[in-house]
Amino acid sequence: MVDLWDGLVQAVWLMASLDAELADIAARSLYVTLTALVVACALAFPLAAYLAVRRFRARRTIIAILNALMGLPPVVVGLIVYLLLSRSGPFGVLGLLFTPTAMIIAQVLIMVPLIASIAHQSLRDLWQEYHDLLISMNVTQGQKLRTLLWDARRALLTAALAGFGRGIGEVGAIMIVGGNIDNVTRVLTTAIALETGKGEFALALALGFILIGLTIAVNLLIHWLGQTEREGRW
Amino acid sequence: MRLLATILLVLWPSVSLAENTMRMAVTTSFHNSGLADVLLPEIQNDLGLEVQLLIVGTGQAIKLGQAGDVDAILVHSRAAEEAFVAEGYGTHRREVMYNDFVIIGPAADPASVAGVETVTEALQRVAEAEAIFVSRGDDSGTHRKELSLWSSADLDVEAFGPHYRAVGAGMGAALNTAADMNAYILSDRASWLNFGNKADLALLFAGDPVLFNQYSFLPVNAELHPHVNAEAVAALEAWLTGPRAAELINSYTIDGETLFVFNATSED
Amino acid sequence: MSSMFPLIVSGAEARRRGNRLIGPIDLQLEGKGATVVVGPNGSGKTTLLNLLHGTVRLARGHVQWQVNTEDARRMQSFVFQRPVMLRRSVIDNLAYPLVIRGQSARTAREAAASWAERIGLSAMKDRSATSLSGGEQQKLALARALITEPVVLFLDEPSASLDGRATRDIENLLLEQKAAGTRIIMSTHDMGQAKRLADDVVFLCNGHVAEKTSAAEFFAQPATLQAQAFLNGDIVE
Repeated sequence: MVDLWDGLVQAVWLMASLDAELADIAARSLYVTLTALVVACALAFPLAAYLAVRRFRARRTIIAILNALMGLPPVVVGLIVYLLLSRSGPFGVLGLLFTPTAMIIAQVLIMVPLIASIAHQSLRDLWQEYHDLLISMNVTQGQKLRTLLWDARRALLTAALAGFGRGIGEVGAIMIVGGNIDNVTRVLTTAIALETGKGEFALALALGFILIGLTIAVNLLIHWLGQTEREGRW
Repeated sequence: MRLLATILLVLWPSVSLAENTMRMAVTTSFHNSGLADVLLPEIQNDLGLEVQLLIVGTGQAIKLGQAGDVDAILVHSRAAEEAFVAEGYGTHRREVMYNDFVIIGPAADPASVAGVETVTEALQRVAEAEAIFVSRGDDSGTHRKELSLWSSADLDVEAFGPHYRAVGAGMGAALNTAADMNAYILSDRASWLNFGNKADLALLFAGDPVLFNQYSFLPVNAELHPHVNAEAVAALEAWLTGPRAAELINSYTIDGETLFVFNATSED
Repeated sequence: MSSMFPLIVSGAEARRRGNRLIGPIDLQLEGKGATVVVGPNGSGKTTLLNLLHGTVRLARGHVQWQVNTEDARRMQSFVFQRPVMLRRSVIDNLAYPLVIRGQSARTAREAAASWAERIGLSAMKDRSATSLSGGEQQKLALARALITEPVVLFLDEPSASLDGRATRDIENLLLEQKAAGTRIIMSTHDMGQAKRLADDVVFLCNGHVAEKTSAAEFFAQPATLQAQAFLNGDIVE
């Protein structure tokens, strides 16, 4: 209990004093996860829409695989990305290991199945609703996908937030591929792991509270943006 | 495909590393000592070199060096280091400094370890009392050291009962576990002194020369991995074994205790 | 305008999982007025409309317009029994068919605004379409179908679940369209509605066209026993 209290006090103190290193680490956390989120959404949404609309042989298999991969342990993703990006691995020449880019790649892989699965479910329901109308209007395949993605944007936002949540709190993969290098690849979660390892529970906890605060802030911001849109246009 | 290309383009700027940086894999115990925080700014000052540290166990440090993912490693496990050089992954091994291992345990000391002459005797008492002992169990330098100490005490960890607990974690995490279980544990002195969660644990045994812990610097072979920043590595090695480092290392203390002894020789 | 007629249906069948839903159907429709498809529940009215519209696959036979299929599809609109609302504002629902036909968002919205006015929804044009009442939704669906100025308008029991007022609004709109020359092909189970709107009647029974005749004749003296029974309100199997 003492540690919890100390952590809270220290978190408030760190934020009140605008600790430069902390701001740096928090900004890096956001940069990595938000970039990964944008990339993951750009891949997952069209994939989900395609799976909702098209009937092809491997469709069920792909959906089953996506659902299974939702629970993929990040540490496994990290290890695979590490082996791929290692200087001795197939993409070693790119020199990407232990850079924020490597962390982004790992997070994209972690997020895509989750976002695609959630998005697919709502897009499939929406497609059932729209099917007759859009077929009757003889829309093209591209228009069909765009219509579904646009009209399901709220559900897609929820899917994106789930992806964000999985990414921002993730430590296993980015620890391996980022290396937790001070000032380069250290983010909130890896810093928490490091401080815990040093037995600095209060500091680790303070960082944890800041992470939670950051996550809530991003969620509120996105919900607020969605809200303004509703009032403005609907 | 165009999407992927765009994504790559966006990400590319963050890829290129500045010229004057290098990566070094160091052991958790070295980092936990806090010495890095003293040395790195000085290196930046003197050499204009940014050394990026990857804090891992010795086993992973060696792997990173073998794969060429770092430019140099600073570890403390002689046998593994010599194999690393012999197999051609590293150019040579340069001793820099040493600290020592200590035995930590419950302040009440149920196995009566305090006051014995040798580490062998200390470990035998722990085994006899069947006191809880936390092992790193992560193939790190400290873990390897611990195993060699058990075997020179004629004890087989495989045969131990449930009081021997391999946690498979770094030094700090293992110390956390020991604090929680009120257990005995082998730690490097630096990690112990810097550890923030000592609980009821105390330093019970130290000083046996067997417990000295030699840190060595091993450059990764640039012939094997051409991207290695050999120039920076050479500069760092010269600095680490030079007078400036000697002064900083020898004068580094925690709570008034000296942690490291500089022992690099000018010619290796 | 009506160069796509006559519509000639010959030996057309629709099947699902090997079972015949309707057919074989032979039918010729000319380019004027309102054709109302009537018949007992399950006689295949919806399937017939979809078959003509091209949204149910032909298992056998032909549905032949006098223009190529793609042009024919562009000249048709379809209104469903239960309106499908896009999860957008009223105005965006109205503009949608124009936008997918490549019109600019601005011209589409202008046309949509004038249609919203016409169906009495301008005050709600920025509201979510899904929040409208059933009657409002069906009016919106009808306007959305008409905004592309179709030559042929299909309606599948458009006022099946609407109250009297909404039904009257819909019917008035349909009468206006008919007067303006839009070809209307619709199904209904409401004989009053059929009498009010129909120029000719297709009586469907068990997936077959049992009668095709002028509305006046059908209601005055139906030729078949089934039609007589149907109009009497008996259960027709």
